[in-house]
Amino acid sequence: MQAGTPTETPAPMSDPIDPAPPGLWVRHLQSALAGPFDFTVPAGGCAVISGPSGSGKSLFLRMIADLDPNEGEVRLNGTGRQSMGGPAWRQMVPYVPAEAGWWLDDVAGHFAPDKRDEARTLAADFGLVEGQFDAPVARLSTGERQRLAVIRALVLGAPALLLDEPTSALDEEAARLVEAALKARLQNGCVIVMVSHDAGQAARLQAEHYLMVERKLQRTPLTEART
Amino acid sequence: MNAIVLSPSDLAIAASLIAFDALLSVLLKLNLHRQVLWAAARMVVQLIAIGYLLRLVFALHNPAATVAVVAVMAMVAAREIAVRPERRFKGADGLILSSSGVAIATFATVALALLTALRPHPWYEARYAISLAGIVLGSVLNSGSLALDNLLTSVTRERPSIEAQLGLGASFHDATRTLVRQAIRRGIMPTVNQMSAAGVITLPGIMTGQILAGLDPLEAVKYQILLMFLLAGASGLSAAIIAYLALGRLTDDRQRLRLDRLR
Repeated sequence: MQAGTPTETPAPMSDPIDPAPPGLWVRHLQSALAGPFDFTVPAGGCAVISGPSGSGKSLFLRMIADLDPNEGEVRLNGTGRQSMGGPAWRQMVPYVPAEAGWWLDDVAGHFAPDKRDEARTLAADFGLVEGQFDAPVARLSTGERQRLAVIRALVLGAPALLLDEPTSALDEEAARLVEAALKARLQNGCVIVMVSHDAGQAARLQAEHYLMVERKLQRTPLTEART
Repeated sequence: MNAIVLSPSDLAIAASLIAFDALLSVLLKLNLHRQVLWAAARMVVQLIAIGYLLRLVFALHNPAATVAVVAVMAMVAAREIAVRPERRFKGADGLILSSSGVAIATFATVALALLTALRPHPWYEARYAISLAGIVLGSVLNSGSLALDNLLTSVTRERPSIEAQLGLGASFHDATRTLVRQAIRRGIMPTVNQMSAAGVITLPGIMTGQILAGLDPLEAVKYQILLMFLLAGASGLSAAIIAYLALGRLTDDRQRLRLDRLR
């Protein structure tokens, strides 16, 4: 309930058009390839999506980020994406693909100069060896590139993160380090939507778990971590 | 100035060189003699046809006929630019943007030369307008085609890095800035090479033709310099206009990368 609402205003019916809840709010999201999706993640909440490859998990994240033509309504903390341009929206909900691209030769150049200190700190937190941050991208391992790609999104300080298999190439130890950073973001109210095949990851992040099957989203009871 | 008029028998003697090429192909099993003979025959027929056509149009003194000839040449150039790249736009998009680039680049440079340097009477006199347009179109075709091919190939190849930037909130313009730059550079580079080589490594064709036709070498050189400037301007305009128009069709109002518009 918003502060300052006059008391004589009738209580709003369960209005599907304008609930403006804090968090990520997705309605009738669809494209020629996938959907429709209705999906809500509260502020500080995490959603983990699993499912067979080709089921539409990446398409779903790309549609939320508005990287593929699609229709439907997406809001973050009450602000609709149509109220701003594509780049401004994606600064709020950055998307990290499973195999993120690199557009310069050196790692450091991929970070804005005023974000490099924060990025270096995060790189150390993620178990990257000192010096990898200044190395050429071509010299990094897949796992190192994956962690740095996540860091590229983290330093934006965005209120939401869309992560496509952010720890798939990491060993358990490195994956836990990344999860710890994500948990800290969740505690600050950040929304995280993540594609992951690691069933334990949803549990560790106390996430809602969804299953993508043939381009439709199903909610699943929280599965226990595999033993 | 007195040009040495060529007789058909003079050309026939030179044509023996084509026969020599064909013979070489047979002897060395290059499997090229058919193509050489066919290309030579085609060249002779095409040039004789254009010679008669130009003679006709020059005699007409009709601006509409001049415009029609230039328009047909420009259309052919625009079509070549649109269909040459390995990755192409679906539908008519490619043709629309290449026609715009060809039309603007050619008209701007040819009109500049006609109105300021050559100043024939009237300024659209067919002899000058068609000849200049013909030369300029060659450069426009080359640079536009190279720029478009380079842009579409590199944007397709660099999709992951472009989308990585877009996904982090970069504008489409920022995410493709270096690729557009490379494409335009690629389009202009041949003209730069041509200018550097002119007179040292090669004697440009126009100049040579005029000297052969009896013109004083320095007068011929002045013409060549004027033409080189026109070609440089035309190829820059063509490469830049076509690259930016193509870039505009590769994105949309949400600044996505729209490779689905290519085939």
